Amino acid sequence: MTLIDLANPSKFLTLTARMLPWLAGATAILLALGLYQSAMAPDDYQQGATVKIMFIHVPNAWLSMFVWSVMSVAALGTLVWRHPLADVAAKAAAPIGAVFTFLALVTGSLWGRPMWGTYWEWDARMTSVLILFLMYLGLIALWRAVEDPSRAARAAAVLTLVGAINIPIIKFSVDWWNTLHQPASVLRLGGSALDSAFLVPLLVMAVAFSLLFVTLLMAAMRNEILRRRVRGLQMLQASQSLPGAAELRESAAT
Amino acid sequence: MTALAALIRRDIRIALRIGGGALIGVLFFLAVVVLMPFALGPDLALLARLGPAILWLGALLASLLTLDRLFTADHDDGSLDLIAMSRTPLELACAAKALAHWLAAGLPLIVATPALGLLLNLDARATGAVALTLLAGTPALTFTGMIGAALAVTMHRGGLLLAVLVLPLSIPVLIFGVAASQAAITEPLAFGAPFSILCALSLVSFVVGPLAAGASLRHGLD
Repeated sequence: MTLIDLANPSKFLTLTARMLPWLAGATAILLALGLYQSAMAPDDYQQGATVKIMFIHVPNAWLSMFVWSVMSVAALGTLVWRHPLADVAAKAAAPIGAVFTFLALVTGSLWGRPMWGTYWEWDARMTSVLILFLMYLGLIALWRAVEDPSRAARAAAVLTLVGAINIPIIKFSVDWWNTLHQPASVLRLGGSALDSAFLVPLLVMAVAFSLLFVTLLMAAMRNEILRRRVRGLQMLQASQSLPGAAELRESAAT
Repeated sequence: MTALAALIRRDIRIALRIGGGALIGVLFFLAVVVLMPFALGPDLALLARLGPAILWLGALLASLLTLDRLFTADHDDGSLDLIAMSRTPLELACAAKALAHWLAAGLPLIVATPALGLLLNLDARATGAVALTLLAGTPALTFTGMIGAALAVTMHRGGLLLAVLVLPLSIPVLIFGVAASQAAITEPLAFGAPFSILCALSLVSFVVGPLAAGASLRHGLD
């Protein structure tokens, strides 16, 4: 099984039909394990029990950026390699990424209230993530605005690649602008600043959320492929019901 | 080169002659600025403090308003297809069109800034700072906005979508434009750093804008 074989939607459907139960099972197990570990994690000496919001907030925030990166790779696949499943992946990923971004904003806001005394602050990281959320919504609107899927795919691919400029800005915004949001503490030079009691559940949750994303993406891609087949059949039916359509189809075929 | 120069000349001439397209932007700019004292109250000290932000917002909205004209008219009468088919690279043609659009619609906004600054009680130094940042920043607005215009022209009635797509991309320009002009007014803050970033944003948009607009036109028009 190579990447070329995956370009065949039917093979993709059979492969994912076999993979999906395992993926979903692994996601459920890891999520349960991660949630248990998060609940068992000790309270922070400063933040108390509210530190546990981190185990939901941080994976969501990571994935909000990761999904856009995946979409950027898919956009390259659409524009450069013309991979037939790339635009399916990009279209299916956009709403999932928007939800991750929204959850990151909401959990961050709920965490910010007890910690910083405010639900919202116009700080560099929060503002740039909000912009990311707006760009997800604009991208979904663009997908919906164009009727022909392949034309919509190429328009959306251009916008995705332009928006990808934003991802490093969001990632490094906490380092470049010293504002309310804390700087990066897990992935940084000189090792993690987190104690392993917090780091282990966080990493388990991150893997669980990543698996959740893959599972949802596979399911959404299957739906999208089937939706396109239905659309193709409807177009075929419509063209057959037209008077004189048979001649048109013959002339188109030659 | 001559083809691009001819394209620039043609676009400027169309913008200036038909429907007063260039001056509509200035008129809209004036309307936005005039609306502000009605919303904020006629407190001159407050207006002077908010002045740079108001001028930047007005210029941003005005340039967004005229962006729709960048490709739509050419698409409607078919000349966009001719431009796409011509021997000049589409990216360069896009850059030429954006340059012409900025000369016809962006430059008048900057020329109008001193008069509007007077309405907002800005002193000469602040007005000069705002005009300078607009001069450095509005090309970035035009060149990134061109991406949205190119995406919108390939679909039917994409006008409203244009605003949704372009506004998030223009936020960095707005941030650094206002930061630089505020820094020029209040002494201790450094003017150089945000102004350099603003210029860098413009330079990046000169590269990214034509490439992305050319790609989306090429894929969208077939």
